[in-house]
Amino acid sequence: MLGEGILKGLAETAKNFAGSFVSKERLTTVEYPEERLPLPEASRNFPFLVYDGADWEKGMRCVACQICEKECPPKCIYIEKSKDKKPDFVGKMQIYPAKFDIDISVCMSCQICVEVCPFEAIKMDVEYELATDDRFGGLLLDRKQLAKPNEYYHKIHPTEATHVDAKLAEEKAKAEAKAKADAAAKAKAAADAAAKAAVATAAPTTESTRTTADPSTAVARATSAQDDKTGVTTQAAQPTLVPAKAEPKKDGGD
Amino acid sequence: MSIVFWILSFLTVLGGLAAVTLRNTVHCALAVAIAFAGLALLYLQLDAQFAGFAQILIYIGAVAILVVFAILLTRGSDTPTDGIFSRTWFAGTAIAAAVFAVLGWAVIQSVHALPHETAAPEVTVNQIGNALLGRYVLPLEIVALLLTASLVGAVMVAMHEKGESK
Amino acid sequence: MVSTLDQIFVLLKHWIVSLLPAVLQPVTGVVLSVVAIICVFPALFAISVLLERKGLGRMQNRIGPNRVGPLGILQPVADGIKSLTKEDIVPTNADAVVHFMAPVFLVVVVFMGYAVLPMGRNMTLVKMDAALLFYFAMGASTELAVFMAGWSSRNKYSLLGAMRAVAQMISYEVPLLLSSVSVVMITGSLSLDKIVEAQNQYTWGLPHWYIFTPWGCAAFVMFAIAATAETNRSPFDLPEGESELVAGYFTEYSGFKFAEFFLGEYVGMLSISGLGTTLFLGGWSAPLEVLGFVPSWIWFFSKVMLSICVMIWMRGTLPRLRQDQLMNFAWKFVLPFTLLILVDVVVWRFMGEGWLRWVVCSAILLIAYVGIGRSEMLRKKIGPRSYRYAE
Repeated sequence: MLGEGILKGLAETAKNFAGSFVSKERLTTVEYPEERLPLPEASRNFPFLVYDGADWEKGMRCVACQICEKECPPKCIYIEKSKDKKPDFVGKMQIYPAKFDIDISVCMSCQICVEVCPFEAIKMDVEYELATDDRFGGLLLDRKQLAKPNEYYHKIHPTEATHVDAKLAEEKAKAEAKAKADAAAKAKAAADAAAKAAVATAAPTTESTRTTADPSTAVARATSAQDDKTGVTTQAAQPTLVPAKAEPKKDGGD
Repeated sequence: MSIVFWILSFLTVLGGLAAVTLRNTVHCALAVAIAFAGLALLYLQLDAQFAGFAQILIYIGAVAILVVFAILLTRGSDTPTDGIFSRTWFAGTAIAAAVFAVLGWAVIQSVHALPHETAAPEVTVNQIGNALLGRYVLPLEIVALLLTASLVGAVMVAMHEKGESK
Repeated sequence: MVSTLDQIFVLLKHWIVSLLPAVLQPVTGVVLSVVAIICVFPALFAISVLLERKGLGRMQNRIGPNRVGPLGILQPVADGIKSLTKEDIVPTNADAVVHFMAPVFLVVVVFMGYAVLPMGRNMTLVKMDAALLFYFAMGASTELAVFMAGWSSRNKYSLLGAMRAVAQMISYEVPLLLSSVSVVMITGSLSLDKIVEAQNQYTWGLPHWYIFTPWGCAAFVMFAIAATAETNRSPFDLPEGESELVAGYFTEYSGFKFAEFFLGEYVGMLSISGLGTTLFLGGWSAPLEVLGFVPSWIWFFSKVMLSICVMIWMRGTLPRLRQDQLMNFAWKFVLPFTLLILVDVVVWRFMGEGWLRWVVCSAILLIAYVGIGRSEMLRKKIGPRSYRYAE
């Protein structure tokens, strides 16, 4: 019948009008800035630097390897390395960035810096209320502005953060296990070396050449075992650092 | 002859004069609308309510619109390049003066013809309606027929044009 | 007490007038009423603008403006300040005098219409015998103002919008007048006061409003359609269609002149709602006899605001009609139906009182409505779309 469609339309709008006072699905407005829409977990805006613990300088994961600086397509990252070193999360002494600037007016949020970072130091933030009236420096974030704690990372990307934490813990455990194995092996070698040294002094000098290598390595391992006990592990092969000068010393006595 | 009458007649005459002397044709049409309004107010001043409001409704609401549409749809809306006064102005003025003289003589004669002491008649819309459909029904029907004929003719002309252009 | 509240404005006016010397009294009385109208109706305009924005928002599943005051109440104030402080740009080629006069003329003519509306018992500004004719005369003059606005801008699109607006207003003027004539025929007078008094009678507690009769209901629907088209409201707002013609005939207007057009449109809407209320909804009479203690002017303004709400509701629901659909609808459906309503009124008047005339009149109208509707829909003139999109 003529006019039926109009009446149906009027009924629908009336339902919308009345329903907007009672049900949420008929009033979909989110009143910014009092309310905000929850962002999905995988959303990203600009990068930030993660630090563990309470002190942002000491706990920063970044080691100024400059891979992200080189990989960044619009070249918005500027890094200056420090002159001294600080220990990183596994205990090894690493350099840290003295200056780490990201120009977020240039950054295109491509996430390449996050993908290439071997130390899980740079991650994507979701902060979007970054408007400023300082045209020249306001959008240039420095190290202090970029540093955010690991708890914050957990808050914004929980699954990612747990994954990263698990990975880092695994690496740390592996390194510790390796160091322990090294230390055990070194202790064993040191014990072997001591035994062999005792045998070597009783044996003729013809065998000294064969055993010279062992005491030096045994000493090195002993020192590394000692280092291990203080909690700082080393992964590089230390025996090469100990010169053969130790040999005449060992030859003399024990 | 009250002050209101003088003001209203001045307005009407001014509108008429402007309608013939202004350069832009659409301005002339709007001045004619002012003249119509002046006439309507004169009718109202004479207590002829129906005539006054019908004048506004029909003349300003329809005839003036018709005039401006006609001006716009033809090329009258361009400002004229020649002078606005025609070259045969003397003959035109003479004829207009003659018509004015005849009408003025008729009006003045009628004033003498009527008795002086009649009060103004009280004409309500009711009485006009009764008169139109009682005493004057034949002129009413003839006028209606004439209007219908012109309407049908206009539609036929427009349709014929549309048929041609197709 | 009740009648004092009902007549409170009249008594106030008499009191103020009596304070002045006798020579000034008639003029002062009129001036006071005029000032009252000029204060009240723009305030109602502000309220209806706010109501429209919030109402449309809710119908479109969003909140309307809510920042300016609590719940956005001061939004019209902000809009007014904005309009007043914007730069008034007049195009170089525009006809300066006509460009200036068009909004002024529109506002003047629209406010003149309020002189004859009975806003309460004894609350008409001017009691005229031919009041309805005066109202329509003022409505017709609005078209000239619209044309002036469109032409003086020297802008082809404004002119096109003005032409469309004038064509639309003229086409819908005839059904508007004819549907009011049906009321006049039954009442026997063009005076709006008499029309309201004729509707102020009650049978079994229910009023004699004309909308409760079959021809009155149909005439009210036709009147409402024609009134919506006269004031260029959605769904008939092609002349000011924002997506087609920027703003149609008032494209070249900025600042306060634009506000004047806006004011003119909404005040015109209020005015024609007032007329519809007077003609069909009983003006200032109460819906039930028992509710007669509520002041009459409250009823009048409530009915006017209810009509405004319905207009806003239609705006939020219906899509815009195309110019040819609009004109077809006017001349092929609304006008014939209105003429039939006139015949129906005659049948109603000359059949005796009783249930038979209700049945006969309703039957005539229903059959005609369904018949015309069906035939038009079958011939694909109105109704769901009859063309196919390219596959």
